Amino acid sequence: MTGLTHLTMAAALDGLAKKEFTAVELTEAHVKAVETIRPLNAFITETPEQALTMAKASDARRAKGEAGPMEGLPIAVKDLFCTKGVPTTAASHILDGFKPEYESTVTSNLWRDGAVMLGKVNLDEFAMGSANITSHHGNVISPWSPGEVGNWSRQLVPGGSSGGSAAAVAARAALGATGTDTGGSIRQPAAFTGIVGIKPTYGRCSRWGVVAFASSLDQAGPMTRTVEDAAIMLRSMCGFDPKDSTSVDMAVPDFRTALTGDIRGLKVGIPKEYRVEGMPAEIAAIWDQGIAWLKEAGAEPVEISLPHTKYALATYYIVAPAEASSNLARYDGLRYGLRVEGASLKDMYENTRGAGFGKEVRRRILIGTYVLSAGYYDAYYNKARQVRTRIKWDFDEAFKQCDVILTPTAPSTAFAIGEKMDDPIQMYLNDVFTVPASLAGLPGMSVPAGVGSDGLPLGLQLLGRPFDEETVLRVGQVIEKAAAVTATPPFMA
Amino acid sequence: MSYIQGETGDWEIVIGLEVHAQVISNAKLFSGAATAFGAEPNSQVSFVDAAFPGMLPVINERCIEQAVRTGLGLKAQINLHSVFDRKNYFYADLPQGYQISQYLQPIVGKGEIVLDLPDGSSRTVGVTRLHLEQDAGKSLHDQHPAKTYIDLNRSGVALMEIVSEPDMRTAEEAGAYVRKLRSILRYLGTCDGNMEEGSMRCDVNVSVRKPGAPFGTRCEIKNVNSIRFVMQAIEYEARRQIEIIEDGGKIDQETRLWDTTKFVTRSMRSKEEAHDYRYFPDPDLLPLELDAEWVEEIKRTLPELPDDKKARFIGEYRLSPYDADVLVSEKARADFFEAVAKGRDPKLAANWVTGELFGYLNKAGKEIEESPVSAENLGGLIDLIADNTISGRIAKEVFEAMFETGEKPADIVEKKGLRQVTDTGAIEASIDAVLAANADKVAEFRSGKDKLFGFFVGQVMKATQGKANPALVNEILMTKLKG
Repeated sequence: MTGLTHLTMAAALDGLAKKEFTAVELTEAHVKAVETIRPLNAFITETPEQALTMAKASDARRAKGEAGPMEGLPIAVKDLFCTKGVPTTAASHILDGFKPEYESTVTSNLWRDGAVMLGKVNLDEFAMGSANITSHHGNVISPWSPGEVGNWSRQLVPGGSSGGSAAAVAARAALGATGTDTGGSIRQPAAFTGIVGIKPTYGRCSRWGVVAFASSLDQAGPMTRTVEDAAIMLRSMCGFDPKDSTSVDMAVPDFRTALTGDIRGLKVGIPKEYRVEGMPAEIAAIWDQGIAWLKEAGAEPVEISLPHTKYALATYYIVAPAEASSNLARYDGLRYGLRVEGASLKDMYENTRGAGFGKEVRRRILIGTYVLSAGYYDAYYNKARQVRTRIKWDFDEAFKQCDVILTPTAPSTAFAIGEKMDDPIQMYLNDVFTVPASLAGLPGMSVPAGVGSDGLPLGLQLLGRPFDEETVLRVGQVIEKAAAVTATPPFMA
Repeated sequence: MSYIQGETGDWEIVIGLEVHAQVISNAKLFSGAATAFGAEPNSQVSFVDAAFPGMLPVINERCIEQAVRTGLGLKAQINLHSVFDRKNYFYADLPQGYQISQYLQPIVGKGEIVLDLPDGSSRTVGVTRLHLEQDAGKSLHDQHPAKTYIDLNRSGVALMEIVSEPDMRTAEEAGAYVRKLRSILRYLGTCDGNMEEGSMRCDVNVSVRKPGAPFGTRCEIKNVNSIRFVMQAIEYEARRQIEIIEDGGKIDQETRLWDTTKFVTRSMRSKEEAHDYRYFPDPDLLPLELDAEWVEEIKRTLPELPDDKKARFIGEYRLSPYDADVLVSEKARADFFEAVAKGRDPKLAANWVTGELFGYLNKAGKEIEESPVSAENLGGLIDLIADNTISGRIAKEVFEAMFETGEKPADIVEKKGLRQVTDTGAIEASIDAVLAANADKVAEFRSGKDKLFGFFVGQVMKATQGKANPALVNEILMTKLKG
């Protein structure tokens, strides 16, 4: 029943409800699919036995009439979420052997609603990267890579940091996956692999039990193949959590009911500053196409200005490493994970952290430590905080004139492994369209909008007002329908 | 002002104190783990305290309330908006790799503490600020020849760091400051002030200067854990600094340690080796916003504090400032005194409490809470004196028995037959016997040797085993001698 892995979540829920198949059958098909896509290196840990156990329990619940909103849906979990009894690595050597005794709030919510865990998917180490090439467990290959499986003519990156999530969902090995987004880590890989990814408003999803990268920016979200599926999964992931002080105590709407298709009269902001110099023609073209689609659907495009956009990337690459340098201090070899002994405590720290962290993580710890240091603090960290506030104000102003903002998600289609790798700045530029909303804590979604001249997916990004995921999803679905992208990855389970 | 005499003249010591006071609360500052002292190592540790991946701090409201209560007790500014920051440094007993503390925006601002000095005078010392922070765990270096073990029970326990202005000028003042602060904290019930168990620790900043000159360079003596050590460390450190300056040297700003066996301060790290803590607001915690009404509510529940109590004791009970100080220094003592004084002569009650009771307690190494003599029983004893059942002298004997057995004074008096003899016939008989046995002395007295009166009283008391009512003895004896 390979057809089962190509279903959307909505269709799978339908089929399960109509008893066309069971959660066990759906899960078995996905367990097989997970094996099939092993060449992509999307999974760090497969949990087939747990998946089947959960599927059986799910069928039992459904039989008793206790089906949850995601009952029986097999999903993959980014290996940044702590999962009880299942290794959690953050794709880092330093967490070798770490098996949490606790379950993150977001995954607990998903299991509560009936979802089934297929395994833990690959990512950039500690979510630091835009190509899923910094993982200690090896890079993830995009299912869009051309050529023969395992012998690709060009090994494309799936984007990052949620690259394993994106690859697994795009290659039909999971109906959806959790991602986390700090500066674009859900949206950019979604764009690169032709799927949907939404980062909700900061505070919507609990960060409890998610390995921290940059606490003031980190936010979990779903990665799925349709906007409707994103709405289904987002609803289950969200919710107030008293264990996370930054979690927001607000009712979680049924996002699916927001998908009315009616966007008449809606004002769509088009930020002029996002027409960056050297933007590839096809990126500009897909953006214009998106504006046209929304206009056709009755929305009104308005030009807006986000004047501090040009400082966003620099601001992000000060704030995020600063927080990371502190968040990652706990990996010291003392209590869990890797320990490399040394003659003194200091030696042990140096040996452990030197061996345990990869190059990109070390780079960001160094940057973060530097920008917080006495004498540099005001020039970097404090200035960045001030600019961050300005960026937030820009959005506040803009949303007085519009209801939602439309931009490209990424400045290019997926690139090949080996490209942009010598120059971290080039790599950081991938996040140019996604970081401003992260800094402002706004909801942002990437929706597939077409393919580029290379046949690779292109995504458009929608940004909304704080806690207005509903408008983002509604407009996103209009684009999804108008674009009606039919291209699929050459390699699918 | 008391100065230190140096070779080049007088020197003044300038002292500021940073006191770390462990907050009384059942749970830690940012986790639900327990805080009891003396538990099995690592038995009171949550995943938050051990800094496991993905764990997040959540503010314990009780600790905030305690800090506000303390701030109010120090007559300090309560900041309705305050911020928790991360103080970053690596150490084995600091699992997060940072301590959550408050840096630029503490919960409590300027306040003051009034010191009661031994000469009866008082002096006000400014409190710069009070902020909340997490305690670290403990490194156990004595468990293994080559390894260090870590106990995280203390990791994450709430501390209040209370910083004074550099307002103190002598070691005695510093000692009085710590004593007074401890007393206030105990009154408020916000810290048990137990320095031996480390629930109160001092960092002492010391510099010296010629009187009237600007402040000198200071040295900080870390983690001094008794009032005696605070005073000794200041004395030593001041003399060390004066010697260096008088020998033509200069003081390097540094962190030092008090060596409790050699009674010297030793350098721990220089200014150059000082950590760069890279403070920044903790992104896991929102700024702390307090409701003014909530603060007012706490204010309404504040107990009477030592200064007010002292004033009341002087006014209401007519006690001397010294007695009042001694009694209010601990709330339990003051409560004990008031229970004894209720409906009785307060001066007599104060004398018995500060004299006899404190003396016995001191000797036995007991706290007032452990006193074998209850306030009720001490009051009963005073009543027995007042109604002439026993004399003051016998009362001391009764008290001794009470302290040993915890029994009621009336029972002891009965059992030991110590009831005062007020039967004039019996007293007269004793006096007659004494006079008869000392006819020569009677003659001497009558020929003018008045001083012998005391001798006769002593003899009568001896004959009656002290039970005779002294007033009656005096009266009858005088009549008979003169007769």
